[in-house]
Amino acid sequence: MPRPGFVLDVDRSTPPILFHHGEGFRLEKLPPGRSRVVYPGEPLEPLEDVDGAIRHALDNPLGDTQPLRTLLQPGMKLTICFDDISLPLPPMRRPDIRQRVIEAVLDLAAEAGVDDVHIIAALALHRRMTEGELRHAVGDRVYDAFAPIGALYNHDAEDPDNLTFIGTTPQGEEVEINKRAADSDLVVYVNINLVSMDGGHKSTATGLASYRSLRHHHNVQTMLHSRSFMDRHHSELHHSNWRMGKVLRDAGVNIFQIESTLNNNTFGSSGPMAVLQKREWEWSARDRATFVAMKAGLDRLPLKARRSIFQAWRAPYGVTSVQAGEVDAVHEQTVANVYRQQLVTVEGQADVVTMGLPYLCPYNVNSVMNPILVACVGLGYFFNYYRGKPLVREGGVVIMGHPTTWEFHPVHHPSYIDFFEQVLADTTDPAEIEARYEKAYAEDEWYRHLYRTSYAYHGVHPFYMWYWICHGLDHAGKVIVVGGETRAVRRLGFTAASTLDDALEMAEDVVGRDPTVTHLHNPPLVMADVV
Amino acid sequence: MALRLNPRIPRVKLPRPPFPYSAPPVPLGLEGPPTTPRSGPDYDTDWARRLPARLARATLRSTLMRAGVAALAAPEVHGLDRLEAWRAGAGDGPVIFVANHHSHIDTPVLLTRIPEPWCDRLFVGGAADYFFRNPVTSALSALAIGAIPIERSRVSRRTADQAAELIEQGWSLLIFPEGGRSPDGWGRPFQRGAAYLAFRCQVPVVPVYLQGTGRILRKGKKRPTPATAKVDFGTPLVPEEGEDTHRFNARIERTVAELADETATDWWSARRRAHAGTTPSLTGPDAPSWRRAWALGDPSRRKRRDRRPWPDL
Repeated sequence: MPRPGFVLDVDRSTPPILFHHGEGFRLEKLPPGRSRVVYPGEPLEPLEDVDGAIRHALDNPLGDTQPLRTLLQPGMKLTICFDDISLPLPPMRRPDIRQRVIEAVLDLAAEAGVDDVHIIAALALHRRMTEGELRHAVGDRVYDAFAPIGALYNHDAEDPDNLTFIGTTPQGEEVEINKRAADSDLVVYVNINLVSMDGGHKSTATGLASYRSLRHHHNVQTMLHSRSFMDRHHSELHHSNWRMGKVLRDAGVNIFQIESTLNNNTFGSSGPMAVLQKREWEWSARDRATFVAMKAGLDRLPLKARRSIFQAWRAPYGVTSVQAGEVDAVHEQTVANVYRQQLVTVEGQADVVTMGLPYLCPYNVNSVMNPILVACVGLGYFFNYYRGKPLVREGGVVIMGHPTTWEFHPVHHPSYIDFFEQVLADTTDPAEIEARYEKAYAEDEWYRHLYRTSYAYHGVHPFYMWYWICHGLDHAGKVIVVGGETRAVRRLGFTAASTLDDALEMAEDVVGRDPTVTHLHNPPLVMADVV
Repeated sequence: MALRLNPRIPRVKLPRPPFPYSAPPVPLGLEGPPTTPRSGPDYDTDWARRLPARLARATLRSTLMRAGVAALAAPEVHGLDRLEAWRAGAGDGPVIFVANHHSHIDTPVLLTRIPEPWCDRLFVGGAADYFFRNPVTSALSALAIGAIPIERSRVSRRTADQAAELIEQGWSLLIFPEGGRSPDGWGRPFQRGAAYLAFRCQVPVVPVYLQGTGRILRKGKKRPTPATAKVDFGTPLVPEEGEDTHRFNARIERTVAELADETATDWWSARRRAHAGTTPSLTGPDAPSWRRAWALGDPSRRKRRDRRPWPDL
């Protein structure tokens, strides 16, 4: 029986706590008597028969819809869409759950005699997936059968010939999605719901949309009113997507949603990384030796080698549930299953929240974690892993640990480089950035060309990363980065500190002496239910 | 006049060393001690599953055998993800690998390509009348490929008992249910041994399709010709409710045929034909031999080297 997550009150007997620190780690002593650590639950037991669970979900859909096999007819147009490289994190070991679900769907389609099938990576404004990444997601069998005939491809949000304008929500939000999906008799969307933000109507309304459509919810106003975007019922981002989902439904876009949840077995129970998943006081002599050896080795390796090692890690995630059917009914059950793994009740807020940021976020898989992404993963994702209230009180201090090197992937993140050099050098205020710079980057022909033909994120993507942190920026009194490259941290508008002790001392200038501290021990993923 | 160079050399018979340096003679009218068969269907292969033999076999497999297979067959392996998915759900228990059979190289190809943990505790069903025909081949077969003797000419309870006992001890079985190598490039109907063992031991059957090994060393050929082979592992099959060994065996054969179709075309086309019931059979058309050969194409075709025009300009 896996043990649930819990909150540890730090006292003098508490060992140093593990902080992820990019492609490395730190062990930090938290001040006793006024600190606590939010630990994730242990990985839930995975399903034993995943293929059986998929078949059961397809045959017994939730909500007001028929079993998939009765929706499939000869001569119909079927489009299967799936989540892109940004999920799950780290990428899971083969076979990926998307492959297993897509194969099950295609098997039913073959049985029903469906010939016209397209498979689309729903990547919105993310970079295109390479052949290797597509193969990992859908498997070699599906790739070899569909890619050579042009029936498996990446969504292109900048291809006017392959986008269809569907309509407008009562709030004036334009809905424009992939033409093939819009024209299909049935769209099957295959999700991986790693966190509660994923899935629901956001899958189609965001994953298959164009910039014209996305700008209505990926903006400062929406993100400021998403508290948090991990809690769909209190997220303006989701409200907007749900309105768009209604427009799609009313326009006759028939969506069969398949969502799956994973446990948080990120580092496995054996092997050198397993120690990262254990609670520090439970580290055996072997764990300690492994950790010391791993840390010593990593500290001596050049950054590129460390990055290669970490990026090659494939998580042994187990599948905990598969739901299929009507979007809303499926998503409610999915979110409950995500919470079952990740939610930990925390009483009250703290003056200071600390977090060790890992090497990975949704936008640097097989890539570089640049300073903008560091800000996004800390103040965007980790800060928003809450339900109810943020872990830190309003005006409190957020302390993040990450090397934050001034480094960008020139192929994947070209517009990030200019955003960092030009925009952030001028201002870090999200609203001002949105008003003054977004349009120029979003409509830049060179970025558009790179997005469509190379493997670049869309020109507007770094803006979205910055909007992602605006709730955190608005809420926190100060943001301190421990161990970060000073000039890069300053460019972000944050404060650099060499050690956690220094950072806590700096924080006292904002929140007063002897502040209370909460540390989010993440990853494996944990979400705070702050009451 | 030609000289005769091979004059007869007189054969010298060496004296037999005396007892106790050799076996004692059995007095007339008495029975000698029971002897352990040194070959044939009753050959005892237990020694080949003890630690020293396993280590020797693992070393052989990861060195000479792997190098030889890479040089001759360079196999492309597909479907390992299916095994990985199975393993994640059902664990590392024993399974029965069932493959079509074209060539002697099939066994080394599979022994070097079956993934862990099964490759470490694997035994092979080898024809007793071929692999165990004399003491030398018996010992080599047991040691090198972990074979146990299987009688092809008659139904043997002893063979089945031995295989079942090993499976129950956690060993996986590799078996070629066609009963021998293909004589003409087409497959032969599967015999029910694998299905029977799966029922008896309640273990899954992993269907495997091998393509291209017939080109390397088909039956009747003495020297191997390098070519590329493909190995496609299918999803493990377990007997369904109401299924008997006959039906289960038919399903195994059908699944291997579907894997063959998948290898020849692609997964999606193969699935559509499978659901439409039009998967090409492994055994080929029921027609005269020339038409069967015609339908097979020309598998023995070699890559021709570009010949330089002569004279060399």
